[in-house]
Amino acid sequence: MTHAASTESKVPQAGTALDPTEPDGGVVGLKKPKPGKAKKPGESPNIFAGVFGWVWLAVIILPIYYIIITSFRTSQDLRANNQLIPTAEPTLDAFILVIQNDFFHFFFNSVIVTASTVAVVLAVSLMAAYYITRSTTWGGTRLFQLILLGIAIPVQATIIPVYYLIRQLGLYDTLWALILPQIAFAIPLSVLIIVNFVRDIPNELFESMRVDGAGEWKILGSLVVPMAKPALMTVGIYQALQVWNGFLFPLVLTQSRDVRVLPLSLWEYQGQFGINVPATLAAVVLSALPLLVAYILGRRYIVAGLTAGFGK
Amino acid sequence: MTATASTDTAVRDTGAGKRRQGPTFLMALPAVLFFGFFALIPLGGVLVISFMEWNILGTPSWVGLDNWDTVINDRPFTWRALTLTLLFVVGSYLFQAPIALMLGVFMAGQQRYRAFLSVLYFLPLLFSSVAVGLTFQSLFSPYYGMSAALPFDWLPNDWLTNSDIVMYVMIFVVGWCFIPFHALLYQAGVRQIPADMYEAATIDGAGRIRQFFSITLPQLRYTIITSSTLMLVGSLTYFDLIFVLTGGQPANAVRILPLDMYITGFSANNLGHASVIAVILVAIGLTMSLALNKLSGSSKMESDKAGA
Repeated sequence: MTHAASTESKVPQAGTALDPTEPDGGVVGLKKPKPGKAKKPGESPNIFAGVFGWVWLAVIILPIYYIIITSFRTSQDLRANNQLIPTAEPTLDAFILVIQNDFFHFFFNSVIVTASTVAVVLAVSLMAAYYITRSTTWGGTRLFQLILLGIAIPVQATIIPVYYLIRQLGLYDTLWALILPQIAFAIPLSVLIIVNFVRDIPNELFESMRVDGAGEWKILGSLVVPMAKPALMTVGIYQALQVWNGFLFPLVLTQSRDVRVLPLSLWEYQGQFGINVPATLAAVVLSALPLLVAYILGRRYIVAGLTAGFGK
Repeated sequence: MTATASTDTAVRDTGAGKRRQGPTFLMALPAVLFFGFFALIPLGGVLVISFMEWNILGTPSWVGLDNWDTVINDRPFTWRALTLTLLFVVGSYLFQAPIALMLGVFMAGQQRYRAFLSVLYFLPLLFSSVAVGLTFQSLFSPYYGMSAALPFDWLPNDWLTNSDIVMYVMIFVVGWCFIPFHALLYQAGVRQIPADMYEAATIDGAGRIRQFFSITLPQLRYTIITSSTLMLVGSLTYFDLIFVLTGGQPANAVRILPLDMYITGFSANNLGHASVIAVILVAIGLTMSLALNKLSGSSKMESDKAGA
């Protein structure tokens, strides 16, 4: 509560600030201003905001705190002692049990599926976005409309035909069954985000490269890719999170232990460990660790990347 | 595919000389193939299967409108699932949107404690839906969860088994998962608002609340549209957490359409009926997206030249 602890709460009422010289319309009319800092100087601390901020922190932290302290218990300990106070006798038994049950195998399945899906999505979406924004034929606009339609397709609703297709292709219960459809469903949003960046590249840059004799692939590599970098980061991070955490496709399209990915493994662990709740929660903690490490190492990168492409 | 790259070849090759050259369709082909095969064909396929009888193991066979007739006329649960879906979508929006907006504005502030809190607000994004589901399943357990640990008699201990409150519990947990992401969107949006707008408003004597409604909100309108679309269409098709936490129980009180579709199709093995439910879902989803799009006019092609 450090900053929020102020003596006076100077929060004027909306009604007191009647200002005839500055109608709301004038403010609304100001379109797309230059970036700047939102914070105004010389202002009193906002008590309401401070309290709200710390309360939300408590809401966010309590469940995370709970799973961490629980994963260091035994299940007898969990029932016998206060569940929100860390145990006096911490143990790694739960983690060991999880690791002995093929955790790393499932982890690598997730890595393979996520990495290959995101790599293909980035490549094909970038190419499609380049075509959409720079094509001189009617195809670009048509394709963009189709892609926009795709954003509205709820993935869940198509799972039954996808299941049928995957079975017919003989891909059921393989990692391909997870990679191929997830590429397809990641394309619309990815293309939209990249298009928003690529169409802002001035035409003159393309013209001058063409005059210099650069082919389309050369232009793509040395002009489009560098200029669309924020969008590519957003797509990469956002889709990696989606695929890494995805549950429905693995649930419906895979079955055997060999091709199990992390989210599905958590679900199966729960059935397997039963009343050994600390073991289940240790698996939950372990499953979040790789992303936590990534977050600690590249926080600024990740946070900026996650939102950069949505800013338009 | 680089044949038309240099200026003279392009002019010579194309009979209609006025055409400027650009990338060929080959650039877009891989995306079109993936999207067409695994997204568009299934979209048509779900409509086709809705006219077939198919129990997972056998071969699908035509039954005409039977599935539709049964699901819409002889299955009261369909309407209940629709109502529950509506309640879930609206409830989630009313819970998530204001908190995400306020958090975003809060996180955009330059104070150091806010930067610190923002780092922690991100944490839910590191957990998968299944992980969050298992977390709250334990936390809400009457035997080893929050209610067992805290000495408050008024605290319910049947969070997940009481059909009167389970819907609100779901709305809360789903919000816990998704509010951080939307708050980030708003934070980025607020940071693009120029400081001089606030300075001018302060000189004119506008207070904090007045500034929020006259500057912050109008300036955030694109962010609000993006975030609202993702929230509404997202909750409409949301499945993972509710499935993991409840499986639709108790008393089917949270069996919203996507979950109803899954249970009908893959637990009860009636893929024909499930496809009817899926088509209804697609119809609602498309209608909602198109309406939101119309509202915002965001499908236009030309650039806004944002400073992002």
